[in-house]
Amino acid sequence: MIMSNLDLNNLGNLQKVLPPDWPGGFWWHWLVFTTIIINAVLILVMAFIYIERRGMGRMQSRLGPNRTGPFGIFQPVADAIKVLLKEDIVPDTADKVVHWLAPLIAFVPTLMIFAVVPFGAGWSLAGDLNVGVLYVTAIGSISTVGVFMAGWGSSNKYSLLGAMRNVAAVVSYEMPLVLSVASVVLLAGSLSLHEIVQAQSIPFILLQPLAFLIFFMAGCAEINRSPFDLMEADSEIVAGFHTEYSGMKFAMFYLVEYAEALALSALITTFFLGGWQGPLLPPNFQWLWFVAKVFIVFFVMVWTRTTLPRVRIDQLMGFSWKFLLPLSIINLIATAIQVLVLPEGSLWVMIPVNFTIAAVLILIGSNFFTPGRGRVEV
Amino acid sequence: MKFENYGRGIAKGMSVTIKHLLRHPTVSQYPEQRLNTSRRIRGNELIWSKEKCTGCATCAKTCHEGAIEIETSPNLVNNKYEVEKYQVDTGYCIMCGLCVEACPFEALFMGTTYEAAKYRRDELVQEKEDMMLEAGVKQPSGYFYPDYAAALPRQTLLIERITEEQMKPAKMEPKTETKTEKTAEAEKK
Repeated sequence: MIMSNLDLNNLGNLQKVLPPDWPGGFWWHWLVFTTIIINAVLILVMAFIYIERRGMGRMQSRLGPNRTGPFGIFQPVADAIKVLLKEDIVPDTADKVVHWLAPLIAFVPTLMIFAVVPFGAGWSLAGDLNVGVLYVTAIGSISTVGVFMAGWGSSNKYSLLGAMRNVAAVVSYEMPLVLSVASVVLLAGSLSLHEIVQAQSIPFILLQPLAFLIFFMAGCAEINRSPFDLMEADSEIVAGFHTEYSGMKFAMFYLVEYAEALALSALITTFFLGGWQGPLLPPNFQWLWFVAKVFIVFFVMVWTRTTLPRVRIDQLMGFSWKFLLPLSIINLIATAIQVLVLPEGSLWVMIPVNFTIAAVLILIGSNFFTPGRGRVEV
Repeated sequence: MKFENYGRGIAKGMSVTIKHLLRHPTVSQYPEQRLNTSRRIRGNELIWSKEKCTGCATCAKTCHEGAIEIETSPNLVNNKYEVEKYQVDTGYCIMCGLCVEACPFEALFMGTTYEAAKYRRDELVQEKEDMMLEAGVKQPSGYFYPDYAAALPRQTLLIERITEEQMKPAKMEPKTETKTEKTAEAEKK
């Protein structure tokens, strides 16, 4: 199916898939969109840091940063300036080249995910890339290489341990992640993110509640957010893979952390929440819906981070292999059967069916899975 | 087949955090926002009444740190002692309040200040001009003097800001306290 859609001539000449109102053809489109994406990512990351620190503070009965500028909105800027002015320290025994390259290799793939994310109708660098989902899942895991390089190049056992944990988590959680996206792809009938958005006359969170939960949890585990932030667990391994990083390189890793959260929020919005689709707004302002949904998803991530305590490494592995993976496989099969059996246009029937499947699977799955109980099962 | 671990605890925890998000935070921003201290606070200073003091030096004898130094000279015209020097080294003072309790003429009070950090040890020494009650600059604490305590504002407790149930009785109480204060004054008269 993928091969038949993949017209190689068309892929090389992206100009044909672009909306005709872009001036100057592909390169102008590329230049404008790259500038917009980089700036948007940086600004949204700052907004995310602000939301995370303030929201987390209020949830913990604190105020959060509120001194720099009105309501503390310039706190991320002040932090960035502080970090830029700091000394860049490289350990004597570090593998210098690897140590230097690691932040870049972690950051660039995160940025590349936004090339295919549709911000509006036809608004993306390559929104109609017909293997968009494949591209996203492939590019999304390259950051791990950067993280592992950081852990290896630092010549520090804590760094290496954190990086190893990251690799283990990504390898484990990639499978439920991809399998839950596969059921979305089955429903939409396309691998293009643009067409997935357009297929959501009903947001897929209603049609695929279980896939949404699995994607959310697996995604959080993959980008090292709490409660799965074992790779940078302060109480166990100083700061994980970025223990030996300071100054601008540390800022890059900090940026990667939030850019990944932004990418995951954007992907969840695209796959499950209807992307840029929404009522009331005129077509040219529908990107506001996209941004609003991204912020809502990120708020839920902050909420879970504040609430839940960190899991142990055996619980992390067990949760993926014993719970999420079987559930995502069964969910995928159930979705495939529904797509085959149910007639066209009977999406409303699938909502109660899939909610029932989700509830039954979670109840049964939770009965078979118990997280650890003090035993260490690696 | 028991169904126990299906995420009910997660939902409970999430509801707790979202409730805290909507509450008032339990903090106050110190230099700008100050809480009322306890009405019977033993602050980092002493307050001394020139009119009531007879120079008997009971306070200096009671002070086990030897922080109070007092020098008097006889005034033959009024037939009493003039206090030449009344000096407290707050660097030695442990804020125990024994001098206040010992004073037979109710001339000594604890202060309410708690920001008395200094750069030099010399600056910690209080002269009698610094601690004069009659100057009216410094607020004596209600320690050992219930009448003074009744006049002071009620202590703010942060717990009252976040729990709505306790807010209403907290608002009611100051009225009753002003009443008791008045009755205390009436009893004096």
